[in-house]
Amino acid sequence: MSSTSNPSTQHTSTIGAIGAPSRRNTELALLVFAVVIPVFAYANVGLALDDQVPAGLLSYGLGLGLMAGLGHLAVRKFAPYADPLLLPLATLLNGLGLVAIWRLDQSEKLQASRTFVEAAPRQLMYSAIGVAFFVAVLFFLKDHRVLQRYTYISMAGALVLLLLPLVPGLGHNVFGAKIWIKIPGLGTLQPGEFAKIVLAVFFAGYLMVKRDALALASRRFMGLYLPRGRDLGPIIVVWIISILILVFETDLGTSLLFFGMFVIMLYVATERTSWIVFGLLMSAVGAVGVASFEPHIQTRVQAWLDPMREFELSRAGVQDGIVHSEQAMQALWAFGSGGTLGSGWGQGHSDLIGFAANSDFILATFGEELGLAGVMALLLLYALIVERGVRTALAARDPFGKLLAIGLSGAFALQVFVVAGGVMGLIPLTGMTMPFLAYGGSSVIANWALIGILLRISDTARRPAPAPVSNPDAEMTQVVRP
Amino acid sequence: MSELTLTVMRLGFLAVLWLFVIVAVQVIRSDLFGTRVTQRGSRREAGRQQAARQAPPQQRQQPSGGRRGRNTPTKLVVTEGTLTGTTVALQGQTITLGRAHDSTIVLDDDYASSRHARIYPDRDGQWIVEDLGSTNGTYLDRTRLTTPTPISPGAPIRIGKTVIELRK
Repeated sequence: MSSTSNPSTQHTSTIGAIGAPSRRNTELALLVFAVVIPVFAYANVGLALDDQVPAGLLSYGLGLGLMAGLGHLAVRKFAPYADPLLLPLATLLNGLGLVAIWRLDQSEKLQASRTFVEAAPRQLMYSAIGVAFFVAVLFFLKDHRVLQRYTYISMAGALVLLLLPLVPGLGHNVFGAKIWIKIPGLGTLQPGEFAKIVLAVFFAGYLMVKRDALALASRRFMGLYLPRGRDLGPIIVVWIISILILVFETDLGTSLLFFGMFVIMLYVATERTSWIVFGLLMSAVGAVGVASFEPHIQTRVQAWLDPMREFELSRAGVQDGIVHSEQAMQALWAFGSGGTLGSGWGQGHSDLIGFAANSDFILATFGEELGLAGVMALLLLYALIVERGVRTALAARDPFGKLLAIGLSGAFALQVFVVAGGVMGLIPLTGMTMPFLAYGGSSVIANWALIGILLRISDTARRPAPAPVSNPDAEMTQVVRP
Repeated sequence: MSELTLTVMRLGFLAVLWLFVIVAVQVIRSDLFGTRVTQRGSRREAGRQQAARQAPPQQRQQPSGGRRGRNTPTKLVVTEGTLTGTTVALQGQTITLGRAHDSTIVLDDDYASSRHARIYPDRDGQWIVEDLGSTNGTYLDRTRLTTPTPISPGAPIRIGKTVIELRK
């Protein structure tokens, strides 16, 4: 039996889920579940705050249900073999985010602040636009390999998106981080969220062509493959751009996200561990170097190393030219007072964080009101989305789809890590938002589009092979045979 | 609202949230092991054929193909090259190989032509590999193909740096 003579490759066949059923009904069942949970949470908030079921329960539930239903119908129609988990997971996170934002809207302290606006109805609208984007991606992008044609256009597009916040008159400085643009009459936009997707397309197309040169031409030194000097070019260019982002936009998160995404994709494309070593070294050198002269980054690092001191300086109203923030410490207190099981929906005091409580710091609300158990479940939901993305990459049969799926899910994972790590005090805080949970139009819309592209790739990967084509050779032999 | 009700709701919500996570993982599990039955079958079958040859041939038959013989391969496996580990189930369809994006297996290989080769079953279910006029040729074992050639399971088909073979 020659086919069993090589047992080491026997286990590889679990990769392709080929001939699998479409799993659309599983997805529908999970979606119903994913809509019921936020509705439960919404009712819970109302009962805890006002002793009555909130009046908007029906419209909120219907709105979320309608969005989920539309998404599901679009998947059923345009991507029938796509992964059954991505849509329910995204819907649940989006729904829970809406509940938390609405819950913070009810806070009297936040209502008293000058800049208060009802955030929940806006977020519901942004989510609806996001789902519309999701449906549009599935409708217009019939095959993800089309994106490969736009490799270098994507590069230009991503650079433009990244540079937009620096354009005078368009850029919009929100508390130090210049990652916003202001469109007159339309509001603000965070172009970095969209650049994330466009850049993944460019990296995937570029690395697919160049990966052999990057992987094969190397010398072995101390167990590592050292690339040739000239092959270091691309990684150095991306590194310089990410450093420039750090210096001019003063946002550690965006910079880390783009460089990290490139290193992940480079590693996957070339299978060389040395790229990860290089990437970690370069990002460490870059971050330390920039932090040594950039005051905004220094403040963030200070607040990370000693949040209590920052809190006291801010309380004391010290004016030394640096913005001191109480938020980092308050977020930690929120997590601490939540404990293992949390205080329950509507019974925490995370609204004390004040500014950005419903965007950058929304995880602190979950930490206080749902406790460790709830935050763990949320992080697992994110992990499941990333896992489905990576599995899509494994199942994809074309290298471009593989790299694109890895890049998108890697960027998603990095973003969750950067935000969650920042709020929990593991790394310095950044100006990025938790995908789907946090208040913010750009983030929700871009992430729904990201899920749409992942579903498109997974539909292509999981689609069973086409029906047997009648073979001209076989037709001819039919005549000869008795 | 009484303290007790709120506590019950709080714990109930966490339970429901975790239930969702567990259900999602169950879905992944069924997705992961969706091909387990056939795999296990073929592995057990292989062992049995080595031990005793009298295994009834009906057991080999797949539900998808009614009249498949003893030596019918069920999947195509990439054993070398950048796509190592990729499998394609053989269900009577034609499999095209090449750098063209609409190929069944898209080869990312400087030595492959855009439409390099195809693998298809003839009327008896015997799988045939045919070179489609490629520049650098398709090799079955060590010999370069000039005509459509039947493939025996396990024989390596080499295209550039990629090696594929048919497995049971």
